[in-house]
Amino acid sequence: MSAVQWRNAMNAGAGRAALGKGLPGRGPGVSSRAKGAGDEIVERQTPSMWAAVRARHVVVLAFLLAFPFFATPFLTYQIGAQSLALGLIALSLTFLGGYGGMISLAQMTVAGVAGYMLAIFGASGEATLSLGWSWWIAVPIAIAISMLAGTFVGWLSVRTEGIYTIMITLAVGVAFYYLCLQNYSVFNGFQGFQRVYAPTLLGVNFRNPVPFYFLALACALGGYLLIQYVLRAPFGVALQGIRDNPRRMNALGFHVPAHRIAAYALAAFLAAVGGILLVWYNGLITPNSVGTSWLINVLIIAVLGGMKHPIGAFVGAVIFVLLQTFAIDLIDRERFNLVVGGAFLAIVLFSPDGLLGLWARLRERISTTRPQAALHPRRSKP
Amino acid sequence: MKSSKRVFLRTLAGAAVFAAFSGAAFAQQTVKIGLLATLEGPFAAGGADGMRGAELAIKQRNGMAGGKKIVLVKASSDAKPDVAVNATRKLVEQDKVDIMVGPLSGGEGIAVKEYSKTQPNITFINGSSGAQATTLVNPSPNFFRFNTEGAQWMVGLGKAALDKGYKRVMLIAEDYAFPYSQVQGFMSEYCRLGGKVPVKAWVPLGGKDYASVIARIPKDVDALLVVLGGADAVNFLNQYEAAGGDKPIVGGSITVSQDILNYKGKRRDSLVGTIAGAPIADAYDHPDFKAFVSAYQKEYPVSSGAYPSPSLFALVYYINMKAALDGLDAVKGDLSGGQAKYRQALSKMTLKTPVGDVRLDANRQAIGTTFITEVVKDAQGNLFNRVLRKVDGIDQMLGMPKEQFKMGSRDEPSCP
Repeated sequence: MSAVQWRNAMNAGAGRAALGKGLPGRGPGVSSRAKGAGDEIVERQTPSMWAAVRARHVVVLAFLLAFPFFATPFLTYQIGAQSLALGLIALSLTFLGGYGGMISLAQMTVAGVAGYMLAIFGASGEATLSLGWSWWIAVPIAIAISMLAGTFVGWLSVRTEGIYTIMITLAVGVAFYYLCLQNYSVFNGFQGFQRVYAPTLLGVNFRNPVPFYFLALACALGGYLLIQYVLRAPFGVALQGIRDNPRRMNALGFHVPAHRIAAYALAAFLAAVGGILLVWYNGLITPNSVGTSWLINVLIIAVLGGMKHPIGAFVGAVIFVLLQTFAIDLIDRERFNLVVGGAFLAIVLFSPDGLLGLWARLRERISTTRPQAALHPRRSKP
Repeated sequence: MKSSKRVFLRTLAGAAVFAAFSGAAFAQQTVKIGLLATLEGPFAAGGADGMRGAELAIKQRNGMAGGKKIVLVKASSDAKPDVAVNATRKLVEQDKVDIMVGPLSGGEGIAVKEYSKTQPNITFINGSSGAQATTLVNPSPNFFRFNTEGAQWMVGLGKAALDKGYKRVMLIAEDYAFPYSQVQGFMSEYCRLGGKVPVKAWVPLGGKDYASVIARIPKDVDALLVVLGGADAVNFLNQYEAAGGDKPIVGGSITVSQDILNYKGKRRDSLVGTIAGAPIADAYDHPDFKAFVSAYQKEYPVSSGAYPSPSLFALVYYINMKAALDGLDAVKGDLSGGQAKYRQALSKMTLKTPVGDVRLDANRQAIGTTFITEVVKDAQGNLFNRVLRKVDGIDQMLGMPKEQFKMGSRDEPSCP
């Protein structure tokens, strides 16, 4: 197929990301749009996506749907919903890092931009600074501005590789932190915005644990399916090609920087949705929400779960949140950060691919040792 | 992976259900109190001392109050509001505490107060957070603060500064809620009595370089009002000394506390004569306070990492925890009916503290005592805070009529 076809498919993908509303109900929309796209390649792959649904997917989805009904509100909200929101932000990094080969430390910054914009355009406790618009205006504006910010970060950093990408994105993140900290006319300085709450819609108050959990679940599921889809679409395949050999892709006629910037824009969309969920979860946003520790925490979450699969971001987020919440019960109150750090170190040390890598290796060992024992006698030691 | 995550979460949920049932069975004999302080971040040392103070209050009663055994569940934050709310939510919803004591810093206090509205059956008592807004703006019916706050701690200092002959001062303070409150407490009195504050320099929390601020100090001011805490205060004082500064200093409540007076530097001696306002004074010689100090020293020797003398955080956490326990005594441990009786008792009681009696106002905010102190040097060359004056019965309106009172901010009050 020609480069033009690839590029058209890429544009379709990017355009869809820009149009997405980031709210529940997007999941099914992806598949119907995929059919309507009229692109031969996509058409052929759509049924294979359904064929990829396995029993474990159904079990996990059923568990996630049933979770709030047997768990306490605390587990639903603080563990469940927080993990889903953080996982969505980490997913944006997994997409950029694992599939685009670009480790951006500014994903929390992009999420923070969305959070701040929501607080500024929407309602908050700071009546003089917030415009107090309805959520259905403020949320799209926040996502749009956040995507612009993400695209800007991408535009700044796509021509760099490896450590330099990390440095540039870290610099952008730290600069935004200090902007929020020291600007009072827009960002309200150290105190940030309090009382930024999720809306009440159709009589359902999304501040309550169970509705908020389902909101976060819908967004996370939508984000997950979107990434799964994009990765199989021509745009995602080309992105992985660029990750593996940018010069060759360039020689094949692909505009490498444009592809990368589009990937940043798509990642920014996911991070923005995650950032909005996180602000509603906390009910506030302060410069600390976009501080250096959070920039790095997102990387930790993505690495913990494993960067080779989109689900890794959510697995990492669950582990991260569980450790943050319960480590203090395991050990003396002044030393509990040692447990958190020790667990991170152990996972990264024993499995460079994160927990998913550990699981894959384990499964491989179980499945290969027995049948292959006969074929490779040197593997089994009598 | 997914299945192991599922099993783990289920185990966790099972454990939570079990804990809830076993908790109900013991509810007759025990009361669970959650304790939150900052054991990480910029106020880690203060948070640890706050916990010492709160534990001291429980130890002094052998772990019993209102005929019930007190079970303490601790949590930590790092002075960030979202972390404080997460830690509080865990204590309340997961560990099922009956009473919650904390948090430590201003922004955290406002966020935890907002959270307390979603848990109407739990009683929240402040730790040591001192932002005015916590009890002044949108107060929560189940959030109590038995310590006076940042503005109240500075009442009387404006007059003391004028008595020293400081007619014009320049302000140097960190740029967030707690210093706003402190500055308002000082300036509302100082401006009223004719003092002038021509320049205000708001610096970011955790700033390292004060050169630009020092360059802005006008020649014609008599003194500097410095409302900085911890490392910021030490950095400023060192840099001001290096720049050859010689203006006398008027300090905030945590600017000339014991940890800063012990720092090494030539500027140290020039701190002698610095006046400040605070809810605690090391050299206060009332028997109640002396008993508190010796109890602290006996329970936490310096070798265990404690301070030679209890810090502001230890005292304030002690006061709030004592209020929680005294309240339990008053209702004989009866927390039934959504703790209504208990809250009634808390609202009405006069709390005996090491620094005098404390009552609550209609917003459940303490009305109490402030000390005006002066740094002096003892025979061994150690610096300590001498009590210059003691001001009793300061309320949150700072003695002003309600319509004249305006909450402190960057621009309020102003008298250039």
